[in-house]
Amino acid sequence: MTEIILLKHGELALKGLNRRTFEDMLTKTLRRRLSVLGGWRFAAAQSAVAAEPLGEGCDLDAAVRICEKVFGLSGISRALAVPKDMEVIRAEAVPYLRGQLTAARTFKVNAKRADKRFPLTSPEICVDLGAVLLDAYPHLTVDVHDPDITVTVEIRDSAAYIHGNQLRGAGGLPPGSSGKAAALISGGIDSPVAAWMMARRGLALDAIHFASPPYTGERAEMKVHSLLHKVAEYSGRINLHVVPFTEIQEAIKDNCPEELFTIIMRRFMMVISEKIAHNNDCGALITGESVGQVASQTLGALVCTDCAVSMPVFRPLIGMDKDETVALARKIGTFEISVLPYEDCCTVFTPRHPRTKPILKFVEEAEARLDFDRLVGNALAGVRHIMIDSYS
Amino acid sequence: MEAYLDNSATTPICPEAFNAVTEALTSNWGNPSSLYRKGIEAEAVRESARRSLAGRLGCESGEVFFTSGGTESNNIAVLGAAEAQKRFGRRIIVSSVEHASIDEAVKFLETRGFEIIRLPVDSQGRVPEDRIFRAVNQGTILVSLMAVNNEVGTLQPLEAVRQAVVSSRSRALIHCDAVQAFGKIDVKPSAMGVDLMSVSAHKIHGPKGAGALYVRGGLKKEKNGVRVLPVMYGGTQESSLRPGTEPMPAIAGFGAAVNALPPVSASLERINLLRQRLVCGLETVDGIEFNSPPDALPYVTNISVVGYESENLINFLSERGIYVSSGSACGKGKKSRVLKNMGLGDDRVSSALRISLSRYTAPEHIDMLIYGLRDARNFLRTKK
Repeated sequence: MTEIILLKHGELALKGLNRRTFEDMLTKTLRRRLSVLGGWRFAAAQSAVAAEPLGEGCDLDAAVRICEKVFGLSGISRALAVPKDMEVIRAEAVPYLRGQLTAARTFKVNAKRADKRFPLTSPEICVDLGAVLLDAYPHLTVDVHDPDITVTVEIRDSAAYIHGNQLRGAGGLPPGSSGKAAALISGGIDSPVAAWMMARRGLALDAIHFASPPYTGERAEMKVHSLLHKVAEYSGRINLHVVPFTEIQEAIKDNCPEELFTIIMRRFMMVISEKIAHNNDCGALITGESVGQVASQTLGALVCTDCAVSMPVFRPLIGMDKDETVALARKIGTFEISVLPYEDCCTVFTPRHPRTKPILKFVEEAEARLDFDRLVGNALAGVRHIMIDSYS
Repeated sequence: MEAYLDNSATTPICPEAFNAVTEALTSNWGNPSSLYRKGIEAEAVRESARRSLAGRLGCESGEVFFTSGGTESNNIAVLGAAEAQKRFGRRIIVSSVEHASIDEAVKFLETRGFEIIRLPVDSQGRVPEDRIFRAVNQGTILVSLMAVNNEVGTLQPLEAVRQAVVSSRSRALIHCDAVQAFGKIDVKPSAMGVDLMSVSAHKIHGPKGAGALYVRGGLKKEKNGVRVLPVMYGGTQESSLRPGTEPMPAIAGFGAAVNALPPVSASLERINLLRQRLVCGLETVDGIEFNSPPDALPYVTNISVVGYESENLINFLSERGIYVSSGSACGKGKKSRVLKNMGLGDDRVSSALRISLSRYTAPEHIDMLIYGLRDARNFLRTKK
């Protein structure tokens, strides 16, 4: 009788012939992240993974907290693995569920008989175990519609599993299963959320941050490190590229019309990001833009920014309201960090009246006054690389 | 070479304090409440630190209570006095330029039904005396006014507070936040007519983690002492005003730092010279406006480099090893409430720098800052 963590596959259960590849990536992620708590055995079968700790005294609560941040899982439960024998199930379920059932007032039993060789049908298991539990915990009443605790018995090929309420998994697809993309991270609320959303779709992440010392300081970059550490708890390792941006911002400020400052700056960011992404095997860029949120994110401005690059740009927040983004940022844990007040590259030299309907032709004309290629080359030559790993 | 010019945020530790801290961590590490010799030795260190502090404050050592620092002293003073005094009234008077640990504490009291009067300041950052006289009435239970403002160095008219309280015949206690003043000017609570006074170790080259609250009469009825209730409950340390095992390394360091303080007048003379050098230097840089009044404590000089953002300037100077701030470190990058309340415009507030000196400041540090500011004006693009 061992206690294990039963992890339910999310969407990848719907995959066809390549499902194995996804499952392997999921197991690999679980193995790596859980290794800090000791050795584990993983058994994947029937759209679930049973993670069994090998040593004694493994902190399963800590393991559950780690699993809650693994993309590709839809449900997580601590469960007791027992032989497929109704006698044993009855005997073990009573003490195993004591903690949860004494704190509850209503319960129901739910049975899933995947192994049809088991002699009792699912309804029979429910009735049988329900009676035993009611006997052992007379304060309980049965409520099949809205119980405090749903006791689940799963008869699988490998063993029978008994568990109480199941926790929600993080959803999405296993880290890295969709390839890799580069997220532009400023330090604001939106960009880490955008990166997180794309990581949930199975993208591994690189991150690109533009720093403008001395206008921006060490605190601003430390803030980006902290933000990415939160995202990396979900996405896994993030390779951060810090681009020196001062020369470019000063050149725009000195040579271009003030109202076009932001839009030209963003075009530079996109061009540089595309090159970094390309050199690091990333197939797309990720930004936190949302239509109409600020002057640089009007439809016209987005068109101008988008025209600067040919790589696909993923903007998962494009149709979201700010409060939805904030709610997600709170959930991921980035909100409190994002609202720290340090100046970042996007707030340096902000024009008083930025052009909200920029016309590409005029933007390109203004840009022509700059030695675009040289500025981009200088910036790329000065890029620093930092590995952000929340599980090392 | 580094030029550390943010001594109002914290100060480097002096060798005397460093040795005392080390001693308390390595050999004399007992619990001062223990009955055996190891405890008695620690107790002796604590009491010697208390006597040093009392000597400087010109009070009895029984009137000095150790805390964890300025914020805690201010909180005990404000919350503890309000609780003890609430049967006499609900009116509390503070200035609009107090440190966050006073401002936030009275904000909390406001939600508990106390009436908080925040006195405005003039363009010099000083509370006008007539406002004090008009504000203090018979139902006033506490007036809290800082001795020296932490952001601009303005000295506040504490003597007017005493007169106002006496003439109003109220039972108001007077608290003085002397965290920035202690060691720099004479702050003797009995001479100033102050009932409660907060001081902190790390602003006078001591370690972080120790502060003290002066309480007139040492909480003793027979000495006609003032009443202050604790804000934390536990053991009987510090007469139960601040329970919990004493942070002995910090207290030992506090005592040593107090002993190492040079006489106020000798320090002031040197700092005045440095301040003159600073002011003359700053006058050679274009676009500098002075936010500190000319008669401010010379340790603190607040300026604005109009057209530039404080944060950009701080980062620029930081890269050259020159450390100044935009205001209170407890505000961490927020725009200064003090400067706003002095009536300064946004352009002045957003470009403010606070330069604060200590006895370890050298003339070269000042020169580095001046050159740094000149370069900043040459290299940094203005915001607008």
